[in-house]
Amino acid sequence: MDKNAEELLRIVSDWKGSLQGAHSIRENGMSVEMLSTDHIHIEPKKDKPGLDITVDKGTKGETMYIPACVTHGGVDDLVYNDFYIEDDADVTIVAGCGVHTDNGEMARHNGIHRFFIGDGCHVRYVEKHVGTGKGRGRRSIDPVTDVTLGRDSVMEMDSTQIKGVSDTHRMTRAKVGEGSSFIVHERIMTAGDERAITDFSIDMDGDGSSVDLVSRSVARDESHQALHSVIRGNARCTGHSECDAIITERGTVSATPQLDANNIEASLIHEAAIGKIAGEQLLKLCSFGLTEEEAEEKIIQGFLK
Amino acid sequence: MLELRNIYWSTPSGHEVLHDISLSIDGSGIVVITGPNGGGKTTIAKIIAGIEKPDSGSILFNGEDITDLGVTERARKGISYAFQQPVRFKGLTVRDLLDMASGRKLDEKEICSLLSKVGLCAKDYVERDVDASLSGGEIKRIEIATVFARKTRFSVFDEPEAGIDLWSFPRLIGAFEDLRKESGGIEVIISHQERILDIADRVIVIENGRVKEDGKRNILDSLLRSASCPACPKRS
Ligand SMILES: Nc1ncnc2c1ncn2[C@@H]1O[C@H](COP(=O)(O)OP(=O)(O)OP(=O)(O)O)[C@@H](O)[C@H]1O
Ligand SMILES: [Mg+2]
Repeated sequence: MDKNAEELLRIVSDWKGSLQGAHSIRENGMSVEMLSTDHIHIEPKKDKPGLDITVDKGTKGETMYIPACVTHGGVDDLVYNDFYIEDDADVTIVAGCGVHTDNGEMARHNGIHRFFIGDGCHVRYVEKHVGTGKGRGRRSIDPVTDVTLGRDSVMEMDSTQIKGVSDTHRMTRAKVGEGSSFIVHERIMTAGDERAITDFSIDMDGDGSSVDLVSRSVARDESHQALHSVIRGNARCTGHSECDAIITERGTVSATPQLDANNIEASLIHEAAIGKIAGEQLLKLCSFGLTEEEAEEKIIQGFLK
Repeated sequence: MLELRNIYWSTPSGHEVLHDISLSIDGSGIVVITGPNGGGKTTIAKIIAGIEKPDSGSILFNGEDITDLGVTERARKGISYAFQQPVRFKGLTVRDLLDMASGRKLDEKEICSLLSKVGLCAKDYVERDVDASLSGGEIKRIEIATVFARKTRFSVFDEPEAGIDLWSFPRLIGAFEDLRKESGGIEVIISHQERILDIADRVIVIENGRVKEDGKRNILDSLLRSASCPACPKRS
């Protein structure tokens, strides 16, 4: 594995020279390491690039790592990973992605992840994205996440775009079944001329289902972010979305949250706040002796934590 | 230590809030600033901390003219200010704030001792975000604790009693008295509370943007009794 790959893996997963437990490492469009365990089975797809991953019924407290990295320009990787989570499984899936280029050419990773989650499951899905390297080559990550939740299951999705990704278009779709919850925490930081577009399309189809979508973003320099979310309440359900954004310098953010109540028992709430850092927050930290720049850094770090 | 010389300040729309304020605060002890709502107390505190700039007049700290210095520089020279309205932050924890206030990473014992001064149990609070989830009294206590954490020799507390329940009051007063002993510096407490007036070494009454009275507490007692200050608790 080359140095760039090691560095990217260190940032996006818990890689410390190796990965523990079930894992698959993808580097520049090729699978370089793969390990199944007693309860988690990882197999390459036969018809297209990607994996079929099955988590056995009743699996408890296991963590798997599915990181992918692109280590130089001129690579455009596309991968299809399907996750079959059987009933009553409790599992954490860490799927980081890093792209690196400094030869002036584009480096791109496009991961299409589908989750078929059974009944009574708890799935934590952690996704960290980063771009590294110098030069004008774009660093692109375009993830698609497609989730189907059975009954009484919980999926927590934690996605973070740390820095350096020039372009991203994230698409997340979910269908939430009876008594199930879909919880999303998204953190995105853009700087320079980066662009980030996030789309959510979530259907609450089962009675007693719920969605909690919390998005925090910081757009610095000339960067731009757009968030478009659609939450549909098609049953007796509760949906909450919250979009907070900080803009600095000439950063821009556009948020269009959409709530569709298609059932009299659907209760949907949206909160949004976009703006620069509040003057009183800066003053408070300056009154501790921090400079305005230090205060801004602390506020942004905390906000995206 | 701190001197305000002929300070004038008007709102952006031209309404005069402070009119020729001159004050000299020296030595050590507790100085209570009191007076009716809207009299200009918080504005004086903001002018001391550098949050507002006076239209005219000057501010000296330890003999140095600090009128043109910003909030950061004044903080670094040893001025602390606990806001009347504490600020909330999404994503910063109580620990983060205390670390920033003290300028270093505090250990558990130090955090525990700071929070217990304001009647909070560190276990329950250190990892909590200083956001809208904290109650009014909780965030006020944390605000006060950040100023205790700074250990500067000149601290301004703007209505520290606001929102603090009656049972916790004696402890809070004890904390101010301890600080007086430990720091050997000045605590300026803006307050409407009789029990805080009682621990004052000096009381300044600000009314209509002017220094109305200034003296030892016992000298002022009779003045206050005559109800010249409607905002203060009624004295029998
Ligand atoms: N930025 C501002 N814009 C407009 N008016 C202001 C501004 N700052 C202060 N004022 C006004 O100046 C006056 C003094 O305000 P200040 O906050 O100093 O009063 P205070 O003595 O602290 O009152 P309280 O006891 O209610 O806290 C008030 O009438 C207030 O409305
Ligand atoms: Mg005030």
